[in-house]
Amino acid sequence: MTDITPTADALLMPKSAPRTRNMGQIIRWLLLFIGGIIMVMPIAYMISTSLKWPHEVYNVNLIPDEPTIENYTYVLEDGRFYWWFVNSIIIATITTICNLLFDSLVGYTLCKFRFPGRTIVFIAILSTLMIPTEMLVIPWYLMSQSFGWLDSYWGIMFPGLMTAFGTFLMKQFFESVPDDFIEAARIDGLNELQIWWTVAMPLVKPALAALAIFVFLGNWTAFLWPLIVTNSVDMYTIPVGLSGFGDEADVAWELIMTGAAISTIPTLVVFLIFQRFIIRGVVMAGLKG
Amino acid sequence: MYRNLTIRQKQIVWAWAFLALPVLFYTVIRFYPTGNAILISFQNWNLLGSRTWAGLENYQKLWNDPVFWKVFKNTFVYLLLGTPISLVLSFVIAYHLDKLRFMHGFLRMLYFLPFMTSAVAMAWVWRWFYQDVPIGLFNNILAGFGIPQIAFLQSTTNALPAVLAPAVWAGLGFQVIIFMAGLRAIPTSYYEAAKIDGVGWFTVLTQITLPLLRPTIVFIVVFSSIGFLRIFDHVFNMTTNNPGGPLNATKPLVLMIYDTAFNGFDMGYAAAQTVVLFTILLVVSLIQLRLLRSN
Repeated sequence: MTDITPTADALLMPKSAPRTRNMGQIIRWLLLFIGGIIMVMPIAYMISTSLKWPHEVYNVNLIPDEPTIENYTYVLEDGRFYWWFVNSIIIATITTICNLLFDSLVGYTLCKFRFPGRTIVFIAILSTLMIPTEMLVIPWYLMSQSFGWLDSYWGIMFPGLMTAFGTFLMKQFFESVPDDFIEAARIDGLNELQIWWTVAMPLVKPALAALAIFVFLGNWTAFLWPLIVTNSVDMYTIPVGLSGFGDEADVAWELIMTGAAISTIPTLVVFLIFQRFIIRGVVMAGLKG
Repeated sequence: MYRNLTIRQKQIVWAWAFLALPVLFYTVIRFYPTGNAILISFQNWNLLGSRTWAGLENYQKLWNDPVFWKVFKNTFVYLLLGTPISLVLSFVIAYHLDKLRFMHGFLRMLYFLPFMTSAVAMAWVWRWFYQDVPIGLFNNILAGFGIPQIAFLQSTTNALPAVLAPAVWAGLGFQVIIFMAGLRAIPTSYYEAAKIDGVGWFTVLTQITLPLLRPTIVFIVVFSSIGFLRIFDHVFNMTTNNPGGPLNATKPLVLMIYDTAFNGFDMGYAAAQTVVLFTILLVVSLIQLRLLRSN
């Protein structure tokens, strides 16, 4: 398929970087390397502490003397983290799928159709970007209370099923899908739904992937609304569960670090696998969104 | 009946069929709650009793509430410390990283990794770093050098910067990536022309690079300002024993909203606070766009 997003890739290629290795370049590299190591230190200490025995936890050494997975066994046997993890996976996955479908459908419609009300709908959706979530949590809570959505998956998910950011991002990318392709598909007798799904969607795969990463990460780490809408321990997501777990009296720091690692490692692993791809997505979203 | 429509009319039918559910969603889940929040801000309501009209009472209460002014100040301290620090740090890193080729991708990964973490998890990690000897990492390191320990989260002056640090740390990688994309969008011909003219690096930086980066800087300043004005996850998790403490020294507006609504159940008062937050976000974004776009 035609690659319609060359800009982001071009922007990741060092262009002005000289090949020479003089003293200045070496010092620059060393300083940036030290800075980078400092940046990952909190993550490194979190993982290292989660692998330490209690007697070693307060030593400043990064590599555990006798690494152990005892903390992980303890935390997972407790059962709660297991459920919080499952809840977070389910919620983030369903929300991501909904966003991919609806944001792209709306973005496509606003981009490729001419119909009365188009500008109003576009401006209305765009204007919701200015409304902070924090302003909506009280009405959402009252709404959830009267419809019985409190403490349920639906209650956690419903505010995020569509986003103006995603809609706008997808609209920008559908601009680069040639109208001729769509016309040709119409002449071939495809209906509009088929054209969107089989012609337009495959052409914006990179944008869909970028959106998926953003929505998933956003929902995986979301805290305020899940904290408000859930009451029972079984319904917590990972961040809400971890927050309550850390706050329990006498809970050991190595166990908190283990919980923090459990909530962070999945996104880190995903990042390390799809690194280039994710950074390209960030650039695309930053430039176009 | 559908068959008798013209192509244009069919398009209108399809468009509205596609938009029906989303329009309903945005109306019910975004616009109605926005109006509702504003309405509740003019009412007294503790969730159990009846809703009574309060007029401007909640806003007057806010104006006379010393805690609100403390919180208001804190929120802007987060913004005024966080935004410039993260802007300068991320620019310096991006500027130098852009000039390196050796292990470029690896260095970039080190800086970006914190962006992929969850705020709650990392707030707990940093909270552990900040503990006193013999628990906290920072004070253990200081003790190793024979330096007296520092009270981070217990001190009314140190707690706010201590809470801010992980928020700056987590957002830095994103800003570095955006800055590098901005730097690479500047045509090389500008730099080549400067080289021919024999202009020094500082002049190149201030006369070519920074002016051409203006759109990137606008984006980063607005984006990070909104983030710092809405800070919550880090503060809440680093001060769970006394949210926003010590003595409200770290309490931002969103935490006050959460407390008023879901611990105090004073929905009208909390709604008034959300309207204030909305206004602040709107005004700050508009001022920044105006300041940075003009001249």
